[in-house]
Amino acid sequence: MPYRTKEELETHIQQLKNQPISTQVLVCAGLGCLAKGAETVYQRFRELTEINHLQVKVNKSDDHHPSLVGTGCMGLCESGPLVRIEPKGILYLRVKLEDVDRIVDQTLKNGNVVEDLIYQEKTDHEVRKWPLMKDIPFYRKQIKIVLRNCGNIDPEKLDDYLKRDGYLALAKVVTTMSPDDVIGEILKSGLRGRGGGGFPTGRKWQFARLAKTDKKYMICNGDEGDPGAFMDRSVMEGDPHTVIEGMAIAGYAIGAQEGYIYVRAEYPLAVKRLKKAILDARDAGFLGSNLFGSSFSFDLKIKEGAGAFVCGEETALIASIEGKRGMPNPRPPFPANKGLWGYPTVINNVETLANVPAIILNGASWFRSFGTVTSPGTKTFALSGKIRNTGLAEVPMGITLRELIFDVGGGIQNDRKFKAVQIGGPSGGCLTEQHLSLTVDYDSLCAAGAIMGSGGLVTMDEETCIVELARYFLHFTQNESCGKCVPCREGTKHMLNILQKIVDGRAKTEDLDLLIETAQVVRDASLCGLGKTAPNPVLTTLRYFKDEYLDHVLNQVCVAHVCQAMKQYRIDPEKCRACGKCARVCPVKCISGRPKVPYVIDQELCIKCGSCFETCPFDAVMVNWRSKNHE
Amino acid sequence: MVEMDNHELTLSRQFEKVNTILENYNRSASNLISILQEIQADYRYLPEEILTYVATALGVSPAYVYGVATFYAQFSLKPKGKHIIRVCDGTACHVRGSINVLKAVKEQLGLKENEDTTTDLLFTVETVACIGACALAPTMMIDEEVYGMLNDEKTREIIDGMIEKNKGGMVNAVQD
Repeated sequence: MPYRTKEELETHIQQLKNQPISTQVLVCAGLGCLAKGAETVYQRFRELTEINHLQVKVNKSDDHHPSLVGTGCMGLCESGPLVRIEPKGILYLRVKLEDVDRIVDQTLKNGNVVEDLIYQEKTDHEVRKWPLMKDIPFYRKQIKIVLRNCGNIDPEKLDDYLKRDGYLALAKVVTTMSPDDVIGEILKSGLRGRGGGGFPTGRKWQFARLAKTDKKYMICNGDEGDPGAFMDRSVMEGDPHTVIEGMAIAGYAIGAQEGYIYVRAEYPLAVKRLKKAILDARDAGFLGSNLFGSSFSFDLKIKEGAGAFVCGEETALIASIEGKRGMPNPRPPFPANKGLWGYPTVINNVETLANVPAIILNGASWFRSFGTVTSPGTKTFALSGKIRNTGLAEVPMGITLRELIFDVGGGIQNDRKFKAVQIGGPSGGCLTEQHLSLTVDYDSLCAAGAIMGSGGLVTMDEETCIVELARYFLHFTQNESCGKCVPCREGTKHMLNILQKIVDGRAKTEDLDLLIETAQVVRDASLCGLGKTAPNPVLTTLRYFKDEYLDHVLNQVCVAHVCQAMKQYRIDPEKCRACGKCARVCPVKCISGRPKVPYVIDQELCIKCGSCFETCPFDAVMVNWRSKNHE
Repeated sequence: MVEMDNHELTLSRQFEKVNTILENYNRSASNLISILQEIQADYRYLPEEILTYVATALGVSPAYVYGVATFYAQFSLKPKGKHIIRVCDGTACHVRGSINVLKAVKEQLGLKENEDTTTDLLFTVETVACIGACALAPTMMIDEEVYGMLNDEKTREIIDGMIEKNKGGMVNAVQD
């Protein structure tokens, strides 16, 4: 049933809100929890509530009794599958199939908390427990604007979204605001592009609005390619309607009637949920012609990417939608003037668009009450690597890195020592302990040589080799370089070669100078963002971890014990029984010996394959890591 | 002779499918990527004669189609296995040891370092930059199913399970 007026929608939302609040079981159906068996937990809840006559009507949000909801990501992915009991707000972690019975018995029937499933932290003296989600340290410092619905609604049910004032912002915009009002509000809010660049969203819209053409396009960039980032995936999977609503509002503001959501091929669940959401929105009259009885028409299509990191760049993304190789073009002309098929086009990131409905409904000054003056609002981060609370978090801009990593993230796994944090993915930079008091906003990160990026935050402990990590990132960007411009195509290749030499222990000190020089050329001369930022991980690690590079080059030492070339296999003459097994498996025949005499490995020839180590029946082969004082 | 006929029959049947896909996308070159995606979903790779056919049908040069097909990582010009195993080598997985997962997968399938598809065409192993399940690192995806928190042992178990499930499977798959 399409909603023809704003009033019809408001009445329906009021009806939804008037329903009595009842007990709800929310099972996280984010990718992380699904992979850990959330589906079977969900099914078990369904069976048990039926057997126990708890009058659950599964998959119907209009029912007045305890109901069961499969939601989007709740954030604490490390501890999944997550189950939340509302309205109390009890959060259960690592719920296994056999735990469901206890939750039904103790919590749903009797209102008690199942103690061993709640969040706890063990210190030397005590065990602290937090039964309620809002009290858990991971959630306490978070403010949810982008993720306001993620983990609270069933992403596949339109009514769930509507109940939380869904599409009201669109109705407000179309019926009571002019396109210039909308742009004015977004400008006032100070919203900046969350894809990494940080360009003011309102300004982008203004450029496209001013262009006088009969056709314009609105594109949502869901090509989240940074390894270690999954914020946009979580929003598209957990709250697809907010993306659609944000796009329709943007379309209205710039005067576009058509839009594309470009999603990467590796996100099949996001594609599935967006497709369903688009169909539902069309049926309800939120997409299509003459929305809310106005003259504004807008519709959306999904374009699936085919696996190319560079397509996250605006002009490359446009080329890809046009069915071409996804190679960037020089700017200007900017897409806002000349974009898809030559028409003015605005491209916004998923997270940027998810902010839009909230800003329209609550106003620019409300939005500005979060974050800092130059970077208002919040930022979502995908916390991963060696951090304790791996998952998805949304924090106000201006929070310090220390708060983000240690309070929200819970510090380093297994109480190891913090070494570095990579912020902004392969285009970002590596920051160290001295930066922990740095505030997280566009400008201060830039000053430190990193970038906000899309929000991947990979934490590393002392077991991560910084040089090998830089090599890893370069390997990634080199692989993803589209090959159009020489500095990026050739430069990244040479940088990778040098880094490989360092990791293999074959480099000389001059190589480090050459590496810096090449990095600067690639940064300054590349055509698009991929090449301009590719040297960042190398330049920042060289700046902050020069010693580790020198260790590799001068002493063949890898303090993290990662680089295979820096280790040595030796045979313990005491343990060796001269059986000769190691010599037979050695692929380069560098082990020699005679019966009754301990065997010896020729270090010059050894390729450190480890075959002898695995084969020796007497554990006589030892691994030695070279250290600075030794040799 | 009979074999020839069969071959020709298969070919024409193949093109029939391609024709339907082309029609669904209005024979428009701007939909080339979507067209290739659907063809690959059907054939599990992009056969050369079909690429040429698509080029003619869309009115662009074969080089153009070939250019697009080789640009994107998703497309393969070699036959792929029935099941695609994507080992994630994103940053989060990398620092948590994805290389060992890849090693375990390949060993368990009996693949050498430079091979990616099993000779029975049941499995293809790929690495991907990130599947976005970083919280579960290291991870892999078998078809559309995600497996997380892998270690050597768990990986081998999962692969063994897949091999077991597909025993004698290729015969059936061919008959399908």
